[in-house]
Amino acid sequence: MSGMRIKDAGLIDPSKPIKFTFDGKAYSGFKGDTVASALLATGIRVFARSFKYHRPRSVWGAWSDDPNAIVDIALDGISYPNCQATTTALAEGMEVRSINAWPSAERDVKGVLDLAHRFLPAGFYYKMFMWPDWHLFEPMIRKMAGLGTLEKEVSDQFQSAILHEHCDTLIVGGGPAGLTAARVAAEAGKSVTLVDDHAELGGSLFSMAHARGLNASDWVAEQTAAIQSAGGHILTDTTAIGVYDHRMISLVTDRGLGTAPILRKMRADHVIIATGAIDRPVTFVNNDRPGIMSVDAGTEYLARYGVRVGEKIAFLTNRPDVSTNLEQLAAAGASIDIVEAATPHIQAIGTKSITGLVVGGKSISCDTVLASAGQTPLVHLWRHAGGKLAWDEDRQTFIPSAGPDWMRVIGAAAGTFDFDVAVQEATAVALKAPAPPRSIYKVTPLRPDLANKGRQWIDFQHDVTLKDVALAHRENMVSVEHLKRYTTLGMAGDQGKTSNIAGLSAMAELKGQSIPEVGTTTFRPPFVPVPLEAFRGTKRDRQMAPLKRLALEPEHRALDAAMGEYGGWLRPAWYGGDDEKTAVVRECKIAREAAAIMDSSALGAIEVIGPDARDFVNFVYYNTMSNLKPGRIRYGFMLSESGLVFDDGVMACVDDTRFIISCSSSHADAVMAHLEHWRQDSFDPKRVHIHDTTVNWSTVTIAGPKASDIVAELGVLENLRDFPHMSLRFGDFEGEEARVARVSFTGDTSFEISVRNDFAATLWRKTLEIGKKHGAGPVGAEALTVLRAEKGYILVGKDTDGETMPHDLGFGAPRLKKSAAFVGDRSLHSEKANSEARKQLVGLIVKDGEPMLPIGAHIVRNKDGKRRSLGYVTTSHYSPTLGRPIALALVEGGEHAMGEPVDLWHLGQARSAKIAASCAFDPEGARIDA
Amino acid sequence: MQQFPCPFCGLRDEREFHFAGEAGKTRPDTTKEISDADWTTYLYYCTNAKGPSREIWVHTTCQEYFVMTRDTVSMEVLSTEALNEDAA
Repeated sequence: MSGMRIKDAGLIDPSKPIKFTFDGKAYSGFKGDTVASALLATGIRVFARSFKYHRPRSVWGAWSDDPNAIVDIALDGISYPNCQATTTALAEGMEVRSINAWPSAERDVKGVLDLAHRFLPAGFYYKMFMWPDWHLFEPMIRKMAGLGTLEKEVSDQFQSAILHEHCDTLIVGGGPAGLTAARVAAEAGKSVTLVDDHAELGGSLFSMAHARGLNASDWVAEQTAAIQSAGGHILTDTTAIGVYDHRMISLVTDRGLGTAPILRKMRADHVIIATGAIDRPVTFVNNDRPGIMSVDAGTEYLARYGVRVGEKIAFLTNRPDVSTNLEQLAAAGASIDIVEAATPHIQAIGTKSITGLVVGGKSISCDTVLASAGQTPLVHLWRHAGGKLAWDEDRQTFIPSAGPDWMRVIGAAAGTFDFDVAVQEATAVALKAPAPPRSIYKVTPLRPDLANKGRQWIDFQHDVTLKDVALAHRENMVSVEHLKRYTTLGMAGDQGKTSNIAGLSAMAELKGQSIPEVGTTTFRPPFVPVPLEAFRGTKRDRQMAPLKRLALEPEHRALDAAMGEYGGWLRPAWYGGDDEKTAVVRECKIAREAAAIMDSSALGAIEVIGPDARDFVNFVYYNTMSNLKPGRIRYGFMLSESGLVFDDGVMACVDDTRFIISCSSSHADAVMAHLEHWRQDSFDPKRVHIHDTTVNWSTVTIAGPKASDIVAELGVLENLRDFPHMSLRFGDFEGEEARVARVSFTGDTSFEISVRNDFAATLWRKTLEIGKKHGAGPVGAEALTVLRAEKGYILVGKDTDGETMPHDLGFGAPRLKKSAAFVGDRSLHSEKANSEARKQLVGLIVKDGEPMLPIGAHIVRNKDGKRRSLGYVTTSHYSPTLGRPIALALVEGGEHAMGEPVDLWHLGQARSAKIAASCAFDPEGARIDA
Repeated sequence: MQQFPCPFCGLRDEREFHFAGEAGKTRPDTTKEISDADWTTYLYYCTNAKGPSREIWVHTTCQEYFVMTRDTVSMEVLSTEALNEDAA
């Protein structure tokens, strides 16, 4: 007989049954159960199979320290892999599936792997599968490794919240010490938050209250009421997962499967850690067998869930304080045997459930073993905060020593295992007073029995045995950090909560050293596994990266525009509801034969204002801007200090103290930050100001052979005389200022008219109306990319890479001639900048009738049967205007290879092309000022 | 998460800040001859102090650059000050 439910015991609600299935069979539990307690109550012992050897596994613990009972759970059609059965609250309709087991945990076909254990030592895959090639074996090993199964149906509906909170005193852990500290601090007038990871407060009180003559629930209720009436805040189901920089403590509140957790980023002036302690396993032969549990788990299952884990229970421990545990289990009808844990040659009998122990040659019949090699304080948060540990010989464990002044550790987490002393300690620490001395607590040191034949488990979840630790020792992996990585001890989901001290103790024995000489590994957050959505919060999809919207969006939609994202802006890709190809060909034709009417509002518009504005723009631009006359516009590059092209665009001079920078639409924020940096670093910020006006203006562009006629008819400017390409004028539209710039992205005569957003729709409609008479029409972003590629006009970041300097793009003059200092200047004369082998921007032409070149195709040189890349294709389109494919590429030495044939290679396919000038259309520029 | 005191906005979360370089690095006068070594030192070399470190940071939400002295071991912020006495 194994587990059974005891009437009137525990905190569960027997009036509320909950139905669930395990490996396909129907069971029921009660409200208040965890998946583990409900399964144990049904008599089930085997919950899962182990990671490597597929050994049957049950539970070791009753809470987050359990390394064994990992299950996949489906609820409402959604599957949740790798849930801890011991911490997951049971819910109606759960379909629980054991991991690493097929067809079931009880009858797993891969259980035979256990027979091959001799061939599967630590690191076996590094050694065995290296020849002939690891990659041959990798898929099979990957398939066999891992824990739960990720199903296709995942919930995408989680809406988690991230909250930022503050309090005077944060208490982590709602056991006797934590509750006392919270009450005392709250009653002393502090703002208090108490968190506990269970649904019910009380901690270890449930297993120790019995012997003290206390009713645990009443005691907890009394403390809770006192804390709350003093204004204290209590969060249950909440785990403090880690302490981060500047005292930030992350608290994760579990809200059940299917509901995203809440993450609180808490900052407290004073933090009290009362996280308790856990039992550590005793190392003996077959100590992983189902039915071997921790002493505290045995009592927790009874006290919290009304489940007696076995009928014939053997206590195997060195702990001096288990009498309360014994009494409670005996009162629930179990028969008890006590076994001295320090006896050599202990062995467990039984496979799927323990049936007995052999101790020093003597057999003991039992169905359950409650074991403990002593208690390990949960000092994770203390270590995260930089607190130190000291080895306590009496307690045979590490306990907190020196540490930060704002954090204190109390109760079992500090090695204070006695109830009364813990309460006194909590009272003192809550008032920031010195703690009273601890009472004496001594356990017999238990070292692993190296002479014992048979396998003894150290890390249950990763199947690491004493032999693996011995192998690591033989191969000189003796540092704890090496031991950990070589054997994967402590690297499973439980992060070594139960295995750490056992592993250290084994290595200490092997090295003939003491445990503190061996040392500990680093404690890292999170304390328990946390679903990623807790960290994501609301930062998802468009909430993570909101789209920028155009004032003219309704106008575009009215014209059946296909909208697309371009550099963070939602812009019209093409119009008329056609498919992309048809629309782009039509719009290119309109642009080249009549005029394109485009919404250019997304282009950055940054104003530089002030008496030092001219000096400033001359410094941040590669091109000379000191002699740009009012009313004139110049194209230029901004460089990073390492000489690389950072942005390109035009800049207009309004007057000597006002300039308007037009930068790439996707890059406006970065350009703004770049300019601010230099403004505050190298200029007097009172004499030059920078202002991003991008969102304040809407811009309608008219570009094409009929552009002048359309603009003349619009009447924004009185006349278009003496208004050449690259100049700026101010006119008016409906009585409001209209800025007109002669700049071109298409190579045709072009006007950009900017007005206030609230006049944009009127301007747009009027332009379309006039344009229609001339054969002009709306043109979207896709056709524009073709039109600019025909001219060889680059897009920074697409046609440039992390090595491109301006002279690679055919703009070499300022590098040699500009005398004033500018950002990136000196870097343009480095050895690398002067190299002959730089990649330069060129065009590529394919033979008549050949298809477009793929973007990313490499230009290669064949030498001795090996291909070397000389560069790659950056832009590739079909040009309707030229009736052939066009492409831009960055090619090593391309500038001096005009007309030369080149080989290309892309995903196993060879192509050929001829190097040409980057400008494929109207190279003389006759159309730009027609 | 760290918290930094912006001299203009007060204590804010670290995600609102960007590191902009170590303090005290002056841009060489590029109109004069500068050796490759000197330029490289300016561009790429950092003291990377272990312990107190004077650094330039920008509070991206107010766009002001400022000097922060912080301990790179303990992560403690020792002081912050504006770059200019009365920054705009």
